[in-house]
Amino acid sequence: MANKKDEVIREVTQNEYKYGFFTDIETDTLPKGLNEDIIRLISAKKEEPEWLLEFRLKSFGQWKKMSMPHWAHLKIPGIDYQDIIYYSAPRQKASPESLDDIDPELRETFDKLGIPLDEQKHLTGVAVDAIMDSVSVKTTFSETLAELGIIFCSFSEAVKNHPDLVRKYLGSVVPYTDNYFAALNSAVFSDGSFCYIPRGVRCPMELSTYFRINAANTGQFERTLLVADDESYVSYLEGCTAPMRDENQLHAAVVEIVALEKAEVKYSTVQNWYPGNKEGKGGIFNFVTKRGICKGNDSKISWTQVETGSAITWKYPSCILKGHNSIGEFFSVAVTNNHQQADTGTKMIHIGRNTRSTIISKGISAGKSQNSYRGLVRILKNAKNARNFSQCDSLLLGNKCGAHTFPYIETDNSSAIVEHEATTSKISEDQIFYCNQRGIDTEKAIGLIVNGYAREVLNKLPMEFAVEAQKLLQISLEGSVG
Amino acid sequence: MLLIKELKVNVAGKEILYGINLEVKAGEVHAIMGPNGSGKSTLAAALAGRDTIDVIHGSVKYMGEDLLEMDPEERAKKGIFLGFQYPVEIPGVSMVNFMKTAVNEHRIFQGKEPLSAGDFLKYMRERKELVEFDSQLTNRSVNEGFSGGEKKKNEIFQMALIEPKLAILDETDSGLDIDALRVVANGVNALKNKDNATIVITHYQRLLDYIVPDFVHVLFQGRIVKSSGRELALELEEKGYDWIRAEANGQV
Amino acid sequence: MSTNQNYIELFREKEKILEKASPSFMKEIRQDAMDHFSKTGIPGRKSELYKHTSLQKIFEPNYSIQLQPSKVDFKVEDIFTCDVPNLKTRLEIILNGFYLGKKPSLSRLDNGIIIGSLSEALRQYPDLVKEYLTKHAGTRSDGLVSLNTAFALDGLFIYVPKGQVMDDAVQVVHLAMTGLDTLLHYRNLFIMEDNASAKVIVCDHTLSPFRFLTNSVTEIYAGPGARLNYSRVQNEHLNSNLLTNLFIHQEKDSQVISNTITLHSGTVRNNTHVLLNAEDCDSQVYGLSLADRSQHIDNYVNIDHAKPNCTSTQLFKGILDEQSTGVFNGRILVRPDAQKTIAYQTNNNILMSDEAKMNTKPQLEIYADDVQCSHGATTGQLDENALFYMQSRGIPRKEARLLMLYAFAHEVIDKIEVAPLKNRINGLVDKRLRGELSRCNNCSMACRDTPLPI
Repeated sequence: MANKKDEVIREVTQNEYKYGFFTDIETDTLPKGLNEDIIRLISAKKEEPEWLLEFRLKSFGQWKKMSMPHWAHLKIPGIDYQDIIYYSAPRQKASPESLDDIDPELRETFDKLGIPLDEQKHLTGVAVDAIMDSVSVKTTFSETLAELGIIFCSFSEAVKNHPDLVRKYLGSVVPYTDNYFAALNSAVFSDGSFCYIPRGVRCPMELSTYFRINAANTGQFERTLLVADDESYVSYLEGCTAPMRDENQLHAAVVEIVALEKAEVKYSTVQNWYPGNKEGKGGIFNFVTKRGICKGNDSKISWTQVETGSAITWKYPSCILKGHNSIGEFFSVAVTNNHQQADTGTKMIHIGRNTRSTIISKGISAGKSQNSYRGLVRILKNAKNARNFSQCDSLLLGNKCGAHTFPYIETDNSSAIVEHEATTSKISEDQIFYCNQRGIDTEKAIGLIVNGYAREVLNKLPMEFAVEAQKLLQISLEGSVG
Repeated sequence: MLLIKELKVNVAGKEILYGINLEVKAGEVHAIMGPNGSGKSTLAAALAGRDTIDVIHGSVKYMGEDLLEMDPEERAKKGIFLGFQYPVEIPGVSMVNFMKTAVNEHRIFQGKEPLSAGDFLKYMRERKELVEFDSQLTNRSVNEGFSGGEKKKNEIFQMALIEPKLAILDETDSGLDIDALRVVANGVNALKNKDNATIVITHYQRLLDYIVPDFVHVLFQGRIVKSSGRELALELEEKGYDWIRAEANGQV
Repeated sequence: MSTNQNYIELFREKEKILEKASPSFMKEIRQDAMDHFSKTGIPGRKSELYKHTSLQKIFEPNYSIQLQPSKVDFKVEDIFTCDVPNLKTRLEIILNGFYLGKKPSLSRLDNGIIIGSLSEALRQYPDLVKEYLTKHAGTRSDGLVSLNTAFALDGLFIYVPKGQVMDDAVQVVHLAMTGLDTLLHYRNLFIMEDNASAKVIVCDHTLSPFRFLTNSVTEIYAGPGARLNYSRVQNEHLNSNLLTNLFIHQEKDSQVISNTITLHSGTVRNNTHVLLNAEDCDSQVYGLSLADRSQHIDNYVNIDHAKPNCTSTQLFKGILDEQSTGVFNGRILVRPDAQKTIAYQTNNNILMSDEAKMNTKPQLEIYADDVQCSHGATTGQLDENALFYMQSRGIPRKEARLLMLYAFAHEVIDKIEVAPLKNRINGLVDKRLRGELSRCNNCSMACRDTPLPI
């Protein structure tokens, strides 16, 4: 049976990446390379105010002083930052009035990705900001949401229409000095989504951003800023795909979330960037800084991520629990196969009293991949009665992959209780045989068992996403056990 | 239905079965009894196709086909059901999802349409009543956190859903209180018909008060040393296994 | 001049003395170690492994280095007696890093066991020592080990030949007693051949009120089927800093159990490296630290599962009171093909005061799939419900707390195999938790137990 399972692994690793197509579309592209002129050009193209250009240039100055972080359990090949295109936009009308203004090629692309830009086609009530390469193509349901006072638009529009809000919060959670990739993003970010939920409003639909890398040699540097005012609620989804290419492409995004008093933000990601081929050629370098601050008392930020794509993932969605009684959550399923590498986890910084955090991380490694959980739980001196519970499990499918756990627990308050548990295991032969005996073949059995293993996290996703994520898990892994 | 000839198997290089001969026909109930370590569970696992068991000699024909050539899931889909002595826990996988997958695999194999989620739930409710299965348990993960009795009842419930041709129940009675034993036995009896057959593997006679066997075989040191009717079970109950041991050793 | 530069200079200055003190083959080893040190220096805080323990700070004061045996005009027994009742051991004393007492300083017992001064063993059995010394610690692993390799001249040597069993436990008492602030090095080497068996107890004590920095290396080789039980009791004064580097190399079917009880000291850093170099090894590493005032206790454990079918267990517990800080950094490495590894790691801590701090980093690095590995870490305080339950049964709160702390510590103490020592440690921990053991127990020198100004 062992041989048969090896076969199953082989079959699975042959699985083609479903979203690997490329849309041939006319683009407005800046030349390769990174310097002040390029940054000025990006800013000019977007008709940005002076303060934003200054922010970019300050960030660029900072970035030049910094160097690539090397502490992660990753082997990152050298990146030539002068060999990347920092701005590429599908050529279209500046702000499409209606669907008819959008290039049919573009619409087709998003249809193919399962993200129809046509509001009529949406049955599920999800508002989408669709971003291709450096710019936002279309934001659906903007008007409906505006009636409630909710601002949901592309970052560029927000800069134009709501400059005070953007200026107040941009860089307030992830300062441009934070890390190498955050500094780079702050200098060159092109577009992204902006969202503001006013006081007391419960956002009636899921807000969603769909990121698509299309152009070759292009980096994607989007910026998302999400502000939830007092007593508001929003659930936010993020999805991403890219064409199959032999070269690596860089994605260095920044997401900032601010939750004010009693606000609740749920942020879910299904990350499916092109992971590279079986030999580890190509794929996206996904170096992302995501952080939320529970600024007000009784606020809550919850991160859920299903990470199946990217050649290399370097990502630690974090919560700063500043408000008293605030809650941070992190639920993650990270799958690596073939030559993928992931170093992902979270940071929970407890500052306020009675702050609570929960971390559930499920790593699944197959092929020749390396999958690491890295998480920091820090309880500061004044975080009286802070609580953290972390559970980090790893599942190994095959004997050429690695699963690693690097938790950091720093406790500076005696009334805090911090608990961390982790296990590493493989799917047991008994479980597979039990399924076989009920007529379920090995490949399906592994799919079932892996999904069961990830259940706790998948359950946290909004319904439509959960189904999608479940399928994605099957595709990424179906049966790869050894 | 099942014809075992001179079956010899090894487990981890050690010979456990030394030549088993057994024929089971449709409509029959066979009981295999024997002391601990006599090879009963090994025989069951060999029939279900567990890969830790190496068949080194002999043949097994099932419905005229070579059973030993088949993968475990193929055997299952062709109607062999093993009630596990130690049912396996599968965390996070709900009973509903698990059995829906299993039942639909069987249906696809039989050329039938797979059941929709709604139809499956309906089907499950019907079968539940048949075996008096606690409706709460189907919402939980497969066997996870089930008590010993619940796990065994769950095996019978699965059997009721799958409707096998040949059910092999490996020590399904062990660790059951009298009420659970009755539920398990009633389930087995309710599923019995002229077209299917059951092999009940047990250490004690107790279960056989409820599931009445047509034949009783005594497995000892890897061989069937005695086969007879129901009365053999009663004799074993009365005298224990020592006389079998004595007789078997005399023969050798 | 930087601290690192000081030691490089010092080495040059003392090279002749070092050369004279050991056989010629040591010259190259020392030089190699120093070359490495001049590149790496004392590990800084930037190093992930020393993030929470500043070695620079403890190396900063101006220590005199001890490079020859201290002259003693009194019997050691007069100032130090081991107060473990009914403990039948073979007592060996190392004073300021040099073997003291018994003449001859190296004994060969009837069953071939050799025990005594390492420096003497280097003279009498150079071939035997050469085969193992620095082979497990290496000369280049980290700055501390390099420094020790360059400067250490003596320590305890134990050789248990094939199939031999050391009946009595060996008790090694490392004493620090000088008249000025001193940097001490000692080096222990224990060689356990096939199926050899022994128990070793190591005690670290300070007997004079000066600032000490001890940088020690212990190498243990456990051959096929060998059994070693290694217990340490660290009980020094507050101005004493103790750095231990323990290297355990295990061959097939061997078992090494290490248990470190840190009762008292200034800054303690215990590095434990275990290499399971063949199948079917068992490694157990336990630790208990009780800290208060400005004490800082840092335990680092690295277990390298290089071969299949080995088991390892780590259990570390800490009780931290007042302004003390604790660090636990444990790593399980399962190499590719080290299938069927079973490895567990647990770290539990209780913070008794608002000023106490604990930093924990339990890590798993796993490259084989058929393994059972888990780790757990908790930091918290005593369970209020349990305290209340006991109070409601008439137990005073203070007593209830002690009972619970004691129960917490007991899990580690229970792993000590030498019964009289276990009883004694039980007593010491009890005293320590009651705050009665404010200075090194049974010490006739009245040490100043307040931090010395730098």
